[in-house]
Amino acid sequence: MKLELRGLTKVFGSFVANDHIDLTVEPGEIHALLGENGAGKSTMMNVLYGLYDPDGGEILIDDKPVSFAGPGDAVAAGIGMVHQHFMLVPVFTVAESVALGYEPTKGLGLIDVAEARRKVTEISARFGFNIDPDALIEDLPVGAQQRVEIIKALSRDAEILILDEPTAVLTPQETDELISIMRQLKEQGTSIVFITHKLREVRAIADSITVIRRGKIVGEASPDSTEAELASQMVGRNVSLTTDKSPADPGEATFQVRGLTVVDRAENVVVDDVSFDVRRGEILAIAGVQGNGQTELAETIIGLSEPRLGTITLDGKNLVGTSVKDRLGDGIGFVPEDRSTDGIIAEFSIRENMILDVYDRPPYAKGPNLRSSVITAEAEKKVEEFDIRLGSIADPISTLSGGNQQKVVLSRELGRELRLFIASQPTRGLDVGSIEFVHKRVIAERDTGTPCIIVSTELDEVYGLADRIAVMYSGRIVGIVGPETSREALGLMMAGVPAEEALASAGTAPEAGAPSDAGTATGATPDSATTSAEESE
Amino acid sequence: MTTDISPAAPSPAPPPTAEAKPGRQQTLIQEILSGSWLVTVLAIVLALLVGGVLIAFANAEVIAAARNFFSAPGAFFSTVFSTVGDAYSALFRGAIFDWNARTPERAIRPLTESLVNGTPLILTGLGIALAFRSGLFNIGGQGQVILGATVAGFLGYALSLPPIVHMLIAAVGGIIGGAIWAGIAGVLKARTGANEVIVTIMLNSIAGYLLGYLLKQSWFTHTQSANPQSRTIDESAQMFLLLPLPFRLNFGFILAILATIFVWWLLERSTIGFEFKAVGANPHAARTAGISVAKVTVLVMVIAGGLAGLAGATQVLGTEDKLTGGIAGSIGFDAITVALLGRSKPLGTFFAGLLFGAFKAGGYLMQSQTGTPIDIVLVVQSVIVLLIAAPPLVRTIFHLPAPVLKRKES
Repeated sequence: MKLELRGLTKVFGSFVANDHIDLTVEPGEIHALLGENGAGKSTMMNVLYGLYDPDGGEILIDDKPVSFAGPGDAVAAGIGMVHQHFMLVPVFTVAESVALGYEPTKGLGLIDVAEARRKVTEISARFGFNIDPDALIEDLPVGAQQRVEIIKALSRDAEILILDEPTAVLTPQETDELISIMRQLKEQGTSIVFITHKLREVRAIADSITVIRRGKIVGEASPDSTEAELASQMVGRNVSLTTDKSPADPGEATFQVRGLTVVDRAENVVVDDVSFDVRRGEILAIAGVQGNGQTELAETIIGLSEPRLGTITLDGKNLVGTSVKDRLGDGIGFVPEDRSTDGIIAEFSIRENMILDVYDRPPYAKGPNLRSSVITAEAEKKVEEFDIRLGSIADPISTLSGGNQQKVVLSRELGRELRLFIASQPTRGLDVGSIEFVHKRVIAERDTGTPCIIVSTELDEVYGLADRIAVMYSGRIVGIVGPETSREALGLMMAGVPAEEALASAGTAPEAGAPSDAGTATGATPDSATTSAEESE
Repeated sequence: MTTDISPAAPSPAPPPTAEAKPGRQQTLIQEILSGSWLVTVLAIVLALLVGGVLIAFANAEVIAAARNFFSAPGAFFSTVFSTVGDAYSALFRGAIFDWNARTPERAIRPLTESLVNGTPLILTGLGIALAFRSGLFNIGGQGQVILGATVAGFLGYALSLPPIVHMLIAAVGGIIGGAIWAGIAGVLKARTGANEVIVTIMLNSIAGYLLGYLLKQSWFTHTQSANPQSRTIDESAQMFLLLPLPFRLNFGFILAILATIFVWWLLERSTIGFEFKAVGANPHAARTAGISVAKVTVLVMVIAGGLAGLAGATQVLGTEDKLTGGIAGSIGFDAITVALLGRSKPLGTFFAGLLFGAFKAGGYLMQSQTGTPIDIVLVVQSVIVLLIAAPPLVRTIFHLPAPVLKRKES
């Protein structure tokens, strides 16, 4: 099935989200739609899926113009969509989820769950999805939930599948699995529109690439383009994918963790006897595959959970047993992993989000009163300093793109005198331009002498920022190594191989260029790292 | 640079779906609060129309005219219009200004009666609104009003103190009574996670029976009367009248205005209110920002209960002159409606309280002058709430997503 958009335009008030978009997706191709957050990719796909009415232009399927009053029409025409945030009911089983919306019925209007189950099993087997039709959605990992969404689309005979930022929520392993699923779908003749801002994935999978910027198509790109070429086309200027940073000038170790053990509610040991130091003026990156205790470690340092054993010492003071508020007061800046849940309050204004954890301190408060004019003035200053693109600081923060939301969080956490800075996945879901900015700010904070901890599952980020790398596996620190360590060795450590062994078997000579221009070192090396981690699971 | 603030952000910006995380209760509250003023006004208009239909149906003349509908349709419609018009004009005259009254005092008395009726609704409504904004469903207004009235009333006749001082001490006693009653629910929620809806509802019943028991104890009532009621409140403890008799408007209304200003300050200008709203909107982020959710839960309930307790105090020390079993009427439940109608904003709650106070005052005149059942007023009030609260409520119960298409206008 061939899909074509001609002169598609969508306007919100005075804002042109899509400006005369022309796009052709040939049958059986994977067409990547590349653009920064807020460029208008999702709007375009929502128009195509019948969620928005276009303000101009037309949609053609197999050269015949069509119009969709709602998603039902789009589905009937053979378009399936997997949203960035899944549209699944947590308490339904997989089969029920797949049945939802088109409900195959048998006599008396009963829903034919057996039929839905059969379809799930059949599609699951055809593509090797390994999904149990009777599993509850809420029990499935994110990657499996995404596969349920894909099954749902395929069960309605979708010939064009739209994947909206499908990898934003996935771990590297799940991303690899998704890529192989997409290849299989393509072989079976399904066209795929793949919306993303991640350059590596585009190069790995796309047959053709359309770049969109500020609501306009800025051109086609070849999958053979380098990441730097794609990035500059997407952002509209040259971006540096590598982070310029001077060597660390570490001072004394003011932050120490000793024998830290954290147990979760189900009595599983999630952080297991962890000890490390962070020195002033250095960045310690905590690398590892998602779910190996890094999140819990960061949350324990800030005080969101209490350790079973061990000490956390900042400037000679043991923090264990003190409240989050005390620790913030002691000068810890914290960027939580899940921005939308823990980092911001969506309904609050940008201004209010900027004081979320300092609202009761001078200069923002005087006694029990908030000082509105000071808060506004400080917010305006931060907007300027962090180049946050917004309409008004009184708007809800939910009107901002992910990158700008993260800048608000950073401006809040870095906007005060810090004794320790911790950021969990600081660039997850951000576009290239924002990542560059976030990295620069973190390095600038390091250069003022603040000890920094960055928890990241992205090896590019680890190499881009780290002065030392601690690798976590199964709640333990496998080893703490220098930034010159090869990707291969890190990959082995992420799979639980002890540092010496990993360094030995990966070859002691560090791979050329790995640490310094990590961003451009793409292709085979990162894959090997993640694959090895995956195998050991 | 408008690129990044694209309103087209349904997918790039995480919030729309991410909000599901704080739980359904939070989402419901957010949705009820985020409605527009236009919806509120339309809900009131539509409710009055529904009430009009019911008034017509309940009227014997209209029914008689309907029998002859085909021979004289004009007569039917004119009967309908005159019936509904009479009823609503009586409602207005009973609530705002009675142009048929013989004396000027009587003409403006309805307005003051509306303010008198509105006073406890505003105070209790503010408490419920405050809890709403903080993510708590305080259904216990009734119990808190009863406790407030009980304590304030008892202090009002059991102590002997100079005027004003006596009244203020009794009123503070009422605040403390309500605060403790709601505080029980707050502490249970903070300590054990007990659902505040269930706890406050149970506390309502307990409060009602507690008052019933106390009114039978002569040590408490200070009377030997067999009637379940207390001695008359001392003159020194009664809330002074703002206007000479026959007006009943008293100091309680001033307290309602002061409380409205206080709650506004609390929510919009204070650091404590910032914590309240943060916990209400996203407890996870609030916790990460170092706010103690448990402390906020208890504090919100205590303040909410204090406001409801003050409402009880104004009832017993201002409007009534003794403590009876029916002292709280249905204030606690009407106040939930008032808070919803007022979108849980202080000023909105104030005006919603006045509106409901006016309905109550006008309902009596409507019943006595036109024979229209006062229950019509209840229907109108209920329809208003249904129209405002029903869509998000239904969506919450059935786990339905908010309509995506509403973003088309943005």
